[in-house]
Amino acid sequence: MLAKRIIPCLDVHAGRVVKGTRFLALRDAGDPVECALAYNDGGADELVFLDITASSDERRILLDVVERTAAACFMPLTVGGGVRTPDDVRALLNAGADKVSLNTAALANPSLIDECACAFGCQCIVVAIDAKRRTPTAAAENAADPGWEVFTHGGRRPAGRDALAWAQEVAERGAGEILLTSMDADGTKAGYDLPLTAKVAGSVKIPVIASGGAGELKHLADVLTQGRADAVLAASIFHFGEHTIASVKNFLQAQGIPVRRTVGVAAAA
Amino acid sequence: MTPPRLALLDYDAGNLRSVSRALEVAGAQVEIVTSWDQVDAAPPAALVLPGQGHFRDCQEKLVARGLWPLCLDWLSRGRPFLGICVGYQLLFESSEEAPGTPGMGFYAGTVKKFKARRDVKVPHMGWDTLRFTQPVAPLWRGLPAEPSVYYAHSYYPAPADPALAAAVTDYGGVSFAAALADGPVAAVQFHPEKSQEVGLTILRNFVASLPPAAVQDV
Repeated sequence: MLAKRIIPCLDVHAGRVVKGTRFLALRDAGDPVECALAYNDGGADELVFLDITASSDERRILLDVVERTAAACFMPLTVGGGVRTPDDVRALLNAGADKVSLNTAALANPSLIDECACAFGCQCIVVAIDAKRRTPTAAAENAADPGWEVFTHGGRRPAGRDALAWAQEVAERGAGEILLTSMDADGTKAGYDLPLTAKVAGSVKIPVIASGGAGELKHLADVLTQGRADAVLAASIFHFGEHTIASVKNFLQAQGIPVRRTVGVAAAA
Repeated sequence: MTPPRLALLDYDAGNLRSVSRALEVAGAQVEIVTSWDQVDAAPPAALVLPGQGHFRDCQEKLVARGLWPLCLDWLSRGRPFLGICVGYQLLFESSEEAPGTPGMGFYAGTVKKFKARRDVKVPHMGWDTLRFTQPVAPLWRGLPAEPSVYYAHSYYPAPADPALAAAVTDYGGVSFAAALADGPVAAVQFHPEKSQEVGLTILRNFVASLPPAAVQDV
């Protein structure tokens, strides 16, 4: 049975993990490769590196990080952040990323999705969508259900697109997966945006990874059931040592949610 | 004893680094090969055909590099072979992904697309379980029952002879041939190089089935 995936996300800046990873008890908690190995051993299903680097010099560093991670970790790795062209995608895939996530560049030029899906296969193209609930206006058409607006630049800039329509468009253009972040829920630790996630997941035939708002284990279970998500992305819930991958999976399994267990593999490394 | 030497075919169809590294960890020496001449100059213990992306694109690139007839020749001589993902699909006659593009036709059968519907997402993406239909196949040595492996695909091979399947995975209303084990030929739809310890075990089992390099180098 296809397992619901638990995906830790590491923010990487200039080759260093910038959010806390205290619980991992690593020699160097800022080293993405060490963090990746710890999550690999801990039973994470995939990893996401989100590059929050600006300069092109630092891009080289990211490629090096991806190379070193892929050489040490035999698990799926998605890399996103600042990906603008098919050449950027190619460089990351060649460095060892399995999937590359597009966001702002795809909004500016949606045919980038078609182009990349065609060149590299849809299974390796993820489109990240940052959505924010619209404020209801007096206008009759959205008073009851204002919907969600797509945002860029960390939620500061509206993209002028409806999140649901954009999700359907990226799926049609050949994206293999959607990484859906609720800007309203992100950082609140009050739970994922269930209506948003359920609407998007229910309106596309590609997998949806839910992101933003995880604060307790029940939130993860809720978004995987009521929210109909295929996977959950979580950062701080793991980084700050509140939970481990194993404790999350134990909890979800007890709720009847299919998760991958790594126990029972006979061969040791 | 020298580890078996594998020829990993490089035809610009996705990144080879992960496959190459995983095969090394599994105990092989890996040579990246781009031409038939390289294989003839130093015959390896096995040929490994990876593949990502579109069926037609992979087929055309292999043909353009002269590696297509190499694969057919190698397979017809009963030499050890490992196909991964599209490298597995290409062993069949055709694919719904690329009507009109011939596969190698080494096995009768076609490659089909999953039918997406509510709660059956396509691509089939993530960790899914193997059900062994040939539980004694050497590839599965040391694995627990129903281990999880990593998938990222929308198409799956449907061999005309279902007995070829060494394991199946149930998805989207079908039990598809997740892996094939046929004497010297092994092929898998999932990504062993991304399937953590389970995947490495499968690769180790494949490598262990090959003669050591010292034997062939004589």
